[in-house]
Amino acid sequence: MTTQEALFKYTLRLGDNSIILAQRLCEWTSKGPFLEEDLALTNIALDIFGRGKSLLEYAARVENKGRNEDHLAFHRTDRQFTNNLICEQDNGDYAKSMIRQALIDCFDLMLYTELSKSKDETLVGIAAKSIKEITYHKRHSFSWVDRFGNGTEESHERAQKALNELWRFTGEFFEMEEADELLIKEGIAVDVKSFQAKWEEEIKALFLKANLTLPENVFMQTGGRKGIHTEHLAYLLAEMQALPRMYPDAKW
Amino acid sequence: MENKNFEDIFESKLAKNEMIEPKDWMPDNYRKHLLRQISQHAHSEIIGMLPEGNWISRAPSLRAKLVLLAKVQDEGGHGLYLYTAAESLGTSRDEMLNALHTSKAKYSSIFNYPTLSWADIGAVGWLVDGAAIMNQVMLQRTSYGPYARAMVRICKEESFHQRQGYEIMTHMAFGTPEQKEMAQDALNRWWFPTLMMFGPPDIESPNSENAMKWRIKRETNDQLRQRFVNQTVEQVEYLGLTVPDKNLKWNEAKKGYDFSEPDWAEFKNVIKGNGPCNKERLEARNKAHNDGEWVREAATVYGKKQMEEYAAA
Repeated sequence: MTTQEALFKYTLRLGDNSIILAQRLCEWTSKGPFLEEDLALTNIALDIFGRGKSLLEYAARVENKGRNEDHLAFHRTDRQFTNNLICEQDNGDYAKSMIRQALIDCFDLMLYTELSKSKDETLVGIAAKSIKEITYHKRHSFSWVDRFGNGTEESHERAQKALNELWRFTGEFFEMEEADELLIKEGIAVDVKSFQAKWEEEIKALFLKANLTLPENVFMQTGGRKGIHTEHLAYLLAEMQALPRMYPDAKW
Repeated sequence: MENKNFEDIFESKLAKNEMIEPKDWMPDNYRKHLLRQISQHAHSEIIGMLPEGNWISRAPSLRAKLVLLAKVQDEGGHGLYLYTAAESLGTSRDEMLNALHTSKAKYSSIFNYPTLSWADIGAVGWLVDGAAIMNQVMLQRTSYGPYARAMVRICKEESFHQRQGYEIMTHMAFGTPEQKEMAQDALNRWWFPTLMMFGPPDIESPNSENAMKWRIKRETNDQLRQRFVNQTVEQVEYLGLTVPDKNLKWNEAKKGYDFSEPDWAEFKNVIKGNGPCNKERLEARNKAHNDGEWVREAATVYGKKQMEEYAAA
């Protein structure tokens, strides 16, 4: 694997994580629990889509085969997407969406903070912008986890159920493969293992404060990096890609 | 005697083109009229998120998705300013929402039409937001301060939306034959409903007279409709599309187009609740509200607990 190939793979995966999560988040637009929250969540979806777009643009440029970000987003199959499985999980209720978001925000803030020290200038630029955004997203999702955990009996129950459902997808955050190893040596990619303990500590503190119990001895699901997804992703893509697939010659 | 004085002050403010502010005395009918109009406007923004939101997940490029998402978010923001402006007249947002959810309050009928293709997203931005701007530009100078100020901000964003809508139409109209067909089909379906947005003909418009007197409205329904047609026909021609009206014809004497009246029976029918999507829109709104109830409750209970802890500390 060349550095270029590794960088393409790495950037594409970061982009996929963003696009797929944002696609889920924007399903909430106009359906939020109240107007201010609807606006906040749409804003978060916008930030994450924006990041995904920048990452896919860069991936396409690195690949240098005449594709652009829209080819990458709309003309790949589910088997060619390498996002973490947690991103594609259905929104469920607001507790599930917020727990999913908190787990991801906590990871992403650490990831992009490290990535802002990369030797790759484009990734540094994207990371710098993302850090500001994710700091706000994390404050938002963390405060909801706390509110749900310490709110009503119902909200506590829903949050605990969501945590139990989603925890099995968190192992994937810290998986690495050949492309990562190669780029870490070059000072480009982030060694996610380097902050795994810190992530676990922050997450434990969050759920302790929220009076929620972290599931134990959970078997961690995997497959995203190989393009083997949960059944959700193919449906998500069928919807997202419908128009460009139906009219491949059209420009929008 | 005292009331008479208040009324004089109110009238003289209107005469001098001064703003009426929330704490100023105002006639009951004025308050009632404004509350009806502003809350209806707020509801329209919120319901309007639904037909456009219908295409967010299927927007055909990442850029188009970002633009549409931002646009729908803007509409929600408009709803928020408008609810706040309406609250300054003494009705809570909960009361207004309750009226919306139980069909007691109205919203713009245009949103009871479906968005069936991506070209509809273009048509909604271009035509529907375009028509809304015609109404709203004059509202920036309306007599009630909070409403006028909200409208200044809203108008800026709406004219941006209109350009975005027209940009989509341009891509479609100059795109592949299928895209052009979608563009024409969208225009065919949205043209007359858009003309209805200006309200019934002047001779049948029950609320217009007072609204003009109070500077809540500054031009009549028919004047605005005529101006919209004059402005839009040129844009249709640029796109190479056809206005779906055989009677459309330039009238040199009035320096404007003659055009067919929309089907006012259809207009009344949609207002009555029989439009293609009245049921779906209301159901979607109620579902979101009901699904969110436990979330709002959790936030309230949590807030109370925090206050208690704070007080105890």
